Amino acid sequence: MVISEEIRAKIDAEIAKYPVKRGALLPALHLVQSEHGYISNELAKELGELFEIRPIEVMEVVSFYNMFYDSPQGRHHVYVCTNLPCSLRGGRDLLRQLESHLGLKPGQTSADGRITLNHEECLGACGYAPMMRVGAQYYENLDLEQAKKILSELE
Amino acid sequence: MLKAPYVTNYLTEHFGEDDYGTLEGYKRRGGYEAARKALSQMSPEEVIDQVKDSGLQGRGGAGFSTGMKWSFMPKDSDKPKYLACNADESEPGSFKDRIILERGPHLMLEGILIAAWATGAEKTFIYCRGEYAFPGACVQRAIDEAYAAGVFGKNALGTGFQHDVVLMLGAGAYICGEETGLLESLEGKKGQPRKKPPFPAQYGAFGMPTTVNNVESFSHVPFIINNGAEWFKGFGTDKSPGTTIFGVSGHVVRPGLYELPLGTRLDEIIFEHAGGVPGGKKLKGAIPGGMSMPILPAGQLEVPMANEFLREHKTMLGTGGIMVMDETTCMVRAGVVISYFFRDESCGQCTQCREGTGWMHKVIERIERGAGTDRDIGILEDVAAKMEGQTICAFADAAAWPIQGLLRHFRNDFEEHVSRKKCPFSESFEL
Ligand SMILES: Cc1cc2nc3c(=O)[nH]c(=O)nc-3n(C[C@H](O)[C@H](O)[C@H](O)COP(=O)(O)O)c2cc1C
Ligand code: SF4
Ligand code: FES
Repeated sequence: MVISEEIRAKIDAEIAKYPVKRGALLPALHLVQSEHGYISNELAKELGELFEIRPIEVMEVVSFYNMFYDSPQGRHHVYVCTNLPCSLRGGRDLLRQLESHLGLKPGQTSADGRITLNHEECLGACGYAPMMRVGAQYYENLDLEQAKKILSELE
Repeated sequence: MLKAPYVTNYLTEHFGEDDYGTLEGYKRRGGYEAARKALSQMSPEEVIDQVKDSGLQGRGGAGFSTGMKWSFMPKDSDKPKYLACNADESEPGSFKDRIILERGPHLMLEGILIAAWATGAEKTFIYCRGEYAFPGACVQRAIDEAYAAGVFGKNALGTGFQHDVVLMLGAGAYICGEETGLLESLEGKKGQPRKKPPFPAQYGAFGMPTTVNNVESFSHVPFIINNGAEWFKGFGTDKSPGTTIFGVSGHVVRPGLYELPLGTRLDEIIFEHAGGVPGGKKLKGAIPGGMSMPILPAGQLEVPMANEFLREHKTMLGTGGIMVMDETTCMVRAGVVISYFFRDESCGQCTQCREGTGWMHKVIERIERGAGTDRDIGILEDVAAKMEGQTICAFADAAAWPIQGLLRHFRNDFEEHVSRKKCPFSESFEL
């Protein structure tokens, strides 16, 4: 078993909330990914057994949703919003500056595995642009210096 | 936590007070009295009639009558019935539901409980976009508090009515905001919209009768129950009653949220409330209701923000997310950003949508680079027209409309790119 007892217990608690087991698949993927960073084939197999579906069906769901990953990622996901409202207030400039600051193109991960940089679509922070999301955390009304400082403090 | 809206009205009156998000703070300001009244003194039919009479229209984008939608739920079904609360808020330019989730979660939960009573639903699934980790946590805390105090569960508010609430986080897919995409996602599947009919009221979540409403739609309901339909109709226009939370973004002095009556003029929102365009620049255009809604040029901003008026200008209220663009903005670049989004988010089931969104993006991108030809503008119009009204869900229309709007009002921007073979707007935001 790759999924820990603790996560397994949380998945069971989620399953209890839905009339059909599979309803808890997205919550389960979030839980498993929080522990493992991405959904490996091995994890897909185990989740498949748990949810009584084929591993390929698990991976189908993984590949449909932007927030699930099927390959190893940096420890921190840094997403800069480049949708229209953010673009109008410097979102794209911020992304370009962070690209050169980090030496990364969107989608790339730093050599030390610390940061994966990417652009993202609207995150519901359009009135507080430019903004970036680092993992679950939003940072809004940003300028380059603030953004650099936030990134430098990531472990 | 987001700061309170710049302008508040009944809905967001207490959003500036931090304890309003707690059960105690909410109750101290009269919270859950409307639900208590509905569950103990009103029949489900009476609740539905009152919400119908109020004229409340869904705030998720389509503007359908909320009371009418509730009345579609089967009355004599032996199947369990469900509600789904749409907290997916992914329409670019929209950030109004987020403040309800963060600062007024009990308001939404109270609306849900009243809707559950009215429709006979035993469970509500709140589907919140995955990126809203913090707003989602605020809602979960409110749910936990409400359960602990007996607001939900087997004996909701001590009335003997049973209702449960489950929060689910999505995982980053715009299409899961479409109501049947949402239902598929709730079931642990890819969020690919379903063919309708059957409609969710017959065949919804897990195959059971389900009503889907937006976060804000639910949140107006307690006020309607407390104050009556006539009171509610005192806000807004004859056909579009109540207030809504407008989100203003882009080139304005004070971007942010403004709760104003429906029918407030767009120019009043942009210039008086949001402070107008910064730096003494002129306004070029504004998208009135989230990115799917066609843009309005500077000359058409006197329109009242309600569907009956916006329709005359070939656009709609949508989510009330207003994006303002100043005179430096290249509308072809705006088109590149818009078409990229829709290309990226199409779920791929329908050919017109899957191919059309990709095609539109390719052509607009070519025009922006200065490599477009005279024919390209015609191709764009043709592709957009062929995407409308042809597909399983309204996403394809939502992808075509904004491009049609850009061509309708800013065709000149496109033509100049073609004739000059480059972007003529040196000060525009860059791609
Ligand atoms: C592509 C697409 C995306 C949508 N996204 C959302 C959304 O994020 N939130 C929302 O409430 N409604 C969204 N809707 C509208 C829903 O399908 C549905 O009409 C709405 O949730 C119903 O609630 P209401 O009647 O209370 O507005 C979307 C519709 C489409 C076609
Ligand atoms: S219109 Fe587009 S998003 Fe909607 S079902 Fe068809 S392919 Fe999917
Ligand atoms: S456009 Fe960036 S958060 Fe909406």
